[in-house]
Amino acid sequence: MASKRQKDSPEEEKKQASSFPDEVLECVLGFVKSHRDRSSVSLVCKDWYNAERWSRTHVFIGNCYSVSPEILVRRFPNIRSVTLKGKPRFSDFNLVPLNWGADIHAWLVVFASAYSFLEELRLKRMTITDESLEFLAKSFPNFKALSLVSCDGFSTDGLKAIVAHCNYRNLTELDILENGIDDLGGSWLSCFPENFTSLEVLNFASLNSEVNFDALERLVARCKSLKVLKVNKNVTLEQLQRLLVHTSQLTELGTGSFSQELTLREYSELESAFSNCKNLYTLSGLSEATSLYLPALYPACVNLTFLNLSDAALQSAELAKLLPHCPHLRRLWVLDTVEDKGLEAVGSSCPLLEELRVFPAEPFEQDVVIGGVTESGFVAVSQGCRKLHYVLYFCRRMTNSAVAAVVKNCPDFTHFRLCIMNPWEPDYLTKEPMDEAFGVVVKTCTKLQRLAVSGLLTDLTFEYIGKYAKNLETLSVAFAGSSDRGMQCVLAGCPKLRKLEIRDCPFGNAALLSGLERYESMRSLWMSACHVTMNGCRLLAREMPRLNVEVIKEDGSDDTHAEKVYVYRSVAGPRRDAPPFVLTL
Amino acid sequence: MSRPLEHDYIGLSEVSSMEDSEKISSSSSTVSTEEEEKKNALNLKETELRLGLPGSESPERKADARVGISLLGRTVEDKNGYSLSVLKNFVSGAKRGFSDAIDDSGKWVFSGAPSGSEVDLGKGAVLFSPRGGNGGKSLAVLENSNQQPASAVPALKDFVPPSPKPVQDKKPQISAANDHVAPAAKAQVVGWPPIRSFRKNTMATNPAKNNDDAEGKSGSAGCLYVKVSMDGAPYLRKVDLKTYGSYTELSAALEKMFSCFTIGQCGSHGVPGRDGLSASRLMDLLHGSEYVLTYEDKDGDWMLVGDVPWQMFTDSCRRLRIMKGSEAIGLAPRAMEKCKSRN
Repeated sequence: MASKRQKDSPEEEKKQASSFPDEVLECVLGFVKSHRDRSSVSLVCKDWYNAERWSRTHVFIGNCYSVSPEILVRRFPNIRSVTLKGKPRFSDFNLVPLNWGADIHAWLVVFASAYSFLEELRLKRMTITDESLEFLAKSFPNFKALSLVSCDGFSTDGLKAIVAHCNYRNLTELDILENGIDDLGGSWLSCFPENFTSLEVLNFASLNSEVNFDALERLVARCKSLKVLKVNKNVTLEQLQRLLVHTSQLTELGTGSFSQELTLREYSELESAFSNCKNLYTLSGLSEATSLYLPALYPACVNLTFLNLSDAALQSAELAKLLPHCPHLRRLWVLDTVEDKGLEAVGSSCPLLEELRVFPAEPFEQDVVIGGVTESGFVAVSQGCRKLHYVLYFCRRMTNSAVAAVVKNCPDFTHFRLCIMNPWEPDYLTKEPMDEAFGVVVKTCTKLQRLAVSGLLTDLTFEYIGKYAKNLETLSVAFAGSSDRGMQCVLAGCPKLRKLEIRDCPFGNAALLSGLERYESMRSLWMSACHVTMNGCRLLAREMPRLNVEVIKEDGSDDTHAEKVYVYRSVAGPRRDAPPFVLTL
Repeated sequence: MSRPLEHDYIGLSEVSSMEDSEKISSSSSTVSTEEEEKKNALNLKETELRLGLPGSESPERKADARVGISLLGRTVEDKNGYSLSVLKNFVSGAKRGFSDAIDDSGKWVFSGAPSGSEVDLGKGAVLFSPRGGNGGKSLAVLENSNQQPASAVPALKDFVPPSPKPVQDKKPQISAANDHVAPAAKAQVVGWPPIRSFRKNTMATNPAKNNDDAEGKSGSAGCLYVKVSMDGAPYLRKVDLKTYGSYTELSAALEKMFSCFTIGQCGSHGVPGRDGLSASRLMDLLHGSEYVLTYEDKDGDWMLVGDVPWQMFTDSCRRLRIMKGSEAIGLAPRAMEKCKSRN
């Protein structure tokens, strides 16, 4: 924070405050990076508000409809980096229709005139078309970094535009992650000009088509500053080895499928290529890796802090052999093919582990599933990894006592996301609701910021949450609760709540309206498949004019029921670009 | 719902009255092309019929397995030169809902819920694409066209905006206070579990990893492992369909694999096959209407193995299941006799 000056007397204080040069204050404030700190700074007084707005270079907007581009550029004239999030998070699971909105183009047009020196654009859950990408490439001569996560609306043609038009000296980052895009082929990669050498981050792991490997190899070879390279699954092991020869300075590597049949010589070449990668902190990919070739990786794992095996269907034995080579592991993502036995290996091999995510290999499988993880794997990890504070755990069965054991071992959870995949699934042993599990989580983990609940839950869970989860900021609820009281408890009891997303719960208008006073201090509320009606939403909209209350109408649903409700605060007023199925009340 | 009629295995068949004629017609339209390719003149119409009895459920079903939609004649020409037709007719409502929900690109539909959320869940937006790269876009086309909650059977074989209404109206199977064992007819929920579609695509496009029969090949493009389950067997197997060239080879391999289960339900789960059981005895057991081989195709429907050309079968087969003949409702004892008499 900015240094505090000694206050002598009121007159002196005034003199000092007015003679304190703005430039100095702005310079000092330049060191303040956190958005929340900056917000606090801007509230001190008018001078500080101005100093802050002139010195801010990066802006983060968690809901693109909470503010308009015009308001943004009016307040902050010197922005070089923008992070924007668009659709509600449940759009990741197809609960939001296409063409809902969150199109970046209007923003780009405003930025083109106000922020012509823009360098970075990071988008999450926004829609961006190929035309917008081309516009972006041509409008910002200093543009350096583009990151698109869970976005849609564009194709690889748009990538071509970026690659071909961006100033060859400047583009450092192209990060395309998990998007719903039209993959029209890999030729975009060949569009990097031959004199292009500035790339530091290239991530195309989630694109499916083949890229021209020679073009890729040449690109990698001439970009000496390349730190992050994540290739897609069409890059073979042999090709990977050739890439690694040029990139010993990599800190993050995504290996693609990691599969091929190698000769002995090829294998040893691969091994030595990995031996040179001593700077790797992050490793991912490995989607078809097998125990045959995994050992080639071991030398590169020595400094790993993040291992992302969520694409690799490893078995417990393979994981158990790999983990001892990663002594510094802090974050681990795996598939549940590793089973409880694999998690036991995690517990014994990863004492420094802070984050664990276990994804289901067959989430939509309904038959008896052989494999997967259970409550005992969860407990096993907690016994060995006492520093664990972030967990995302998909399982098909859980018990209250197991969760109690886990938080007893690891009381410092900040993010606790438990997904028991069958809706309304009770405690596996006692057949009781899972209320006590989440009760003990919120009672014990006082630093809890994010919680996702699942299993058979009554209102009691939410009473616990309202009573104990005083630092909770994000809550995800599905198939839970018995009455309005549940949601009321949460809204009344969690002062720091910012994001509340609810689906398929018996919460109705009474619950919705109990939060009247809360929603302006929250980023957003999502309720779908609950008992809220149009009248309830209209009432909310009427009482709280500074909230946008939107209902997404599904074809053929009856007119009184509000299928999907999205409520958020905004200084920009109601949306002007809402499609016909989004009703603003 | 009237019981399905028995079928005459010579080839005459009669379509019993069915509730979802729509489904029948739609399914027969897809099957008719396959029918044309069938060499076997017998059992033409039978194989294109699918019968569904919403709400009915075979008592022998395992607690939570998806129940296959009925299939009819099986036209595997085996060594003995006869073809066995088996009429099966069992379905559960949710499975109906499930299979209804699968359209050509394998998208799923939510069906079923406890009373509290029926209004929304009845809509059954078709949202998941278990495979294919266009997860986001193509799904949304369907989502935008969600239909009324209470329509008739969806004709989901048509791609263009289907009305993905689950047929099932029975059995609120997932009722909170119930037995912890998830009911047999589990509903498929839209957007649940909360997994990004790209993850599902990743898993679907990778060949299933081979757990049990360890082979040297690692992820080469030439293998197509599918799970094989057998009713009553304690564990599943996996076979690589690419290693067989015809139905007879597959049939023989499966018989060897599962022989230890078929022979007197032996308790020891020893190495299947190869230990002195005569091939013909195995064939008798499998073809003697004791078990029938079915598969789930990429639309999620359960089909009788042997109807389509081998190549088409391997392209569309997702998993295999050896079903007990006794699960077939209406399987005529005289059909058994007919088979045996042809031996």
